[in-house]
Amino acid sequence: MKIIVPFFTVLALILIAYLGAGSDNLKTLFGVVIPYVALVVFILGFINRIFYWARSPVPFRIPTTCGQQKSMPWIKQDKIDNPSSLLGVMGRMALEVLLFRSLFRNTKAELGADGSIAYGSAKWLWLGGIVFHYSFLVVILRHYRFFVDPVPSFVVLLENFDGFFQIMLPTFYLTSIGLLAGATYLLLRRFTTQIKYISQPADYFPLFLILSIAITGIWMRYIDRQDIVSIKAVIQGLVSFSPNHEAMLAVGATFYIHIFLVCILAMYFPFSKLMHFGGIFLSPTRNLASNNREIRHINPWNPDIKIRTYEEYEEEFRDKMKQASLPLEKE
Amino acid sequence: MAKREELIKNLDETPSLLKGNSPAKSWMDEPVIFDQGSYCYSSKAKSLEYLNFPNPREWTPEEEDWKLPENWQEIIHNAFKERLDKYRSLKIFMDVCVRCGACADKCHFFLGTGDPKNMPVVRAELLRSIYRNDFTMVGKLLKGYAGARKLTVNVIKEWFKYFFQCSECRRCSVYCPYGIDTAEITMMGRELLNELGLSTNWIMDPASNCNRTGNHLGLEPHTYKGTLESLCEDVEDITGVTLNPTFNRKGAEILFITPSGDAFADPGIYTMMAYMMLFEHIGLDYTISTYASEGGNFGLFNSSYLMKKLNAKMYHEAERLGVKWILGGECGHMWRVVHQYMDTMNGPTGGKMELPKNPLTGTVFQNAASTKMVHISEFTADLIKHNKLKLDPSRNNHIIPTFHDSCNPARAMGMLDEPRYVIKNVCNSFYDMPENTIREQTYCCGGGSGLNTNEIMDLRMLGGLPRANAVKYVHEKHGVNTLVCVCAIDRATLPPLMDYWVPKVEVSGLTELVANALVMEGESDREEDLREREFEELYEERGIPYNKGDE
Repeated sequence: MKIIVPFFTVLALILIAYLGAGSDNLKTLFGVVIPYVALVVFILGFINRIFYWARSPVPFRIPTTCGQQKSMPWIKQDKIDNPSSLLGVMGRMALEVLLFRSLFRNTKAELGADGSIAYGSAKWLWLGGIVFHYSFLVVILRHYRFFVDPVPSFVVLLENFDGFFQIMLPTFYLTSIGLLAGATYLLLRRFTTQIKYISQPADYFPLFLILSIAITGIWMRYIDRQDIVSIKAVIQGLVSFSPNHEAMLAVGATFYIHIFLVCILAMYFPFSKLMHFGGIFLSPTRNLASNNREIRHINPWNPDIKIRTYEEYEEEFRDKMKQASLPLEKE
Repeated sequence: MAKREELIKNLDETPSLLKGNSPAKSWMDEPVIFDQGSYCYSSKAKSLEYLNFPNPREWTPEEEDWKLPENWQEIIHNAFKERLDKYRSLKIFMDVCVRCGACADKCHFFLGTGDPKNMPVVRAELLRSIYRNDFTMVGKLLKGYAGARKLTVNVIKEWFKYFFQCSECRRCSVYCPYGIDTAEITMMGRELLNELGLSTNWIMDPASNCNRTGNHLGLEPHTYKGTLESLCEDVEDITGVTLNPTFNRKGAEILFITPSGDAFADPGIYTMMAYMMLFEHIGLDYTISTYASEGGNFGLFNSSYLMKKLNAKMYHEAERLGVKWILGGECGHMWRVVHQYMDTMNGPTGGKMELPKNPLTGTVFQNAASTKMVHISEFTADLIKHNKLKLDPSRNNHIIPTFHDSCNPARAMGMLDEPRYVIKNVCNSFYDMPENTIREQTYCCGGGSGLNTNEIMDLRMLGGLPRANAVKYVHEKHGVNTLVCVCAIDRATLPPLMDYWVPKVEVSGLTELVANALVMEGESDREEDLREREFEELYEERGIPYNKGDE
């Protein structure tokens, strides 16, 4: 169920967009209204979630230290994995966000028949994750060419790198295959016993969605070639808040499916686990320096509590303490 | 306790998710079963009453009725909300998990038991499912499809079982791409359970003792002092050196605080003897408090409130005695609290406390400038580096050591190289365990965070399996016979673990090795180690040539 339901949900979404695109009357809805709504939901939803997180304080400094602490000068500190300064934290966060540092540590433990445990390297998830995320990023940046005219030089540069191998016409982009392969890998591993057990519909849904987006995109570019000029005109219309109805009638159904799924993804994003994109920056085990003993961290709600004072203690045990010749405050 | 062979056979033959067998049901549909050995005994009414905790009563998990307050759902909902408002970590960790599964086989309890609810991701889902149901729009709309579920008594029982089957070791958080820390989730889960009066006896009883008498066994001041004095007599018998520790002395330069386990339990007592020998050797101006005689913090295993309450005694006493700074003994959880919570909770320090400076070497411990508390291993490493100790490492020739990084000094502090430096200077050999099992990747002893209770011995043996397995490796490869640690819980939990999985490997505190090697002024010809075993026999037993001249 947890796989079938999200699968058919995505299929249904595709069908809705296909039917909608078939009717000229609904093109305004799918080509104008929904994209605007999606953009607003995405931006407000994203900001709202960040504020929701940021509203709660960080009462304690609890970094997970993954290397040698700063103690004495002759002991070499691991300034990245156990940072004690802002610079170190920035380094740690950069490695985490840009290179998935923690995931790179991944190992696989296997239990032997005699109760022994063997550890193997397990970098596939890291690799799959890197390929998926970076391909997705480049693909999104490449789409920038539809939004501005003339096409900015960084997009052209990116396209030149991405199409380095020039294996077919139109130029085949590495990231097209990277996104597809990465997402497929991430999906397939969710069918393996252990990962399937922990997976939820909310894990399958975005993967089906992203795969569908990638496939429709690839379809338009390489197989059922679309009229790029019209597509750009449609998007330019949206960007300039003056929808181009003529161009909207000229583009095919695949485009509407593609853009509808992108809108669904954008609207789904702020309410889902996809917010890990924002959350990683706020994770207190990673974004704080481990300098707790050097610089006091303030807890805004630090409660005043009644402790058992020495005076109470001495009061209770005075005679026994006296007999044991322990020093006393009051004789 | 089950026999070792049985346990291994059971591990090998029982299908489990760990080995790729698919469980028949989703974890949400798995019933929660409490049978002897699978859970920690419940807290007693009297400890809860003493500490003013809610719903004190006698109850046991095996009974159907847990005697929860009538409005228990409302209590949990409100307590959950309160903690979401107080802890950003909780919100983030509830929201961002993508269930990638990298954490799954990092948990020693999952490796040992194969129980899917011991995968860190599922342990967190136990809480997340309720979070989604109660606090997220998507969860309210899509229910089960969004991974949400209703809060039932069964959920509470599941929490009790599995939040007391996590030792808050944070190993999973090292591998999590978002740094999700299961310790944080377990701590929140336990706080919620507390609101209903659900805790374990092995946590609440020592906690109330610590509050009243200063130490977890509830020994009163005169007994505490007497115990340490009798250890001093043992030292005198063995070494001929008279130790004169002072207690509750005002005007001492340094207050020494160590877990009280070191004062009472074998083999911790040898470490306690060793501390006092070390201080005598360097002529340290220190005192020990009977009031703040517990370094370990049983509150950490219960709630931030209780943690603060127990920890507050340290500064309170340091200020009363007018010491300059505090030296802390070998203890894992104590150092989690000292390094990550103490200053925030109970600072800033007052009295005469000042920037810690080693009176012998002049080293200023800048890294402890605010907390004003230094770890004994940092202190000892500094003494050795400056040649302040007269050491004869050959006295430890019968010891072939490896080092067990305790979870908290490793992953909540990063004290990795100081203890290794000390070992290498007081022993002639040293072998680290395989890299996946040490330093920040170190494994729990199987009894951290208040789980070192005897009613779950099988569980502890299973949870400690990965640690034991790594010891076995160096034992077989290099003949390692001593597992060195800097934690009092380790000293309580590792000996039975070694006896069970790797017999003939002994557990020792780090300072005990230092004291063995210490050439003290006025000492007699030492023929016994601190454990009062004849060297000659010890060497013979271990098949190591004994040259008296070495000493």
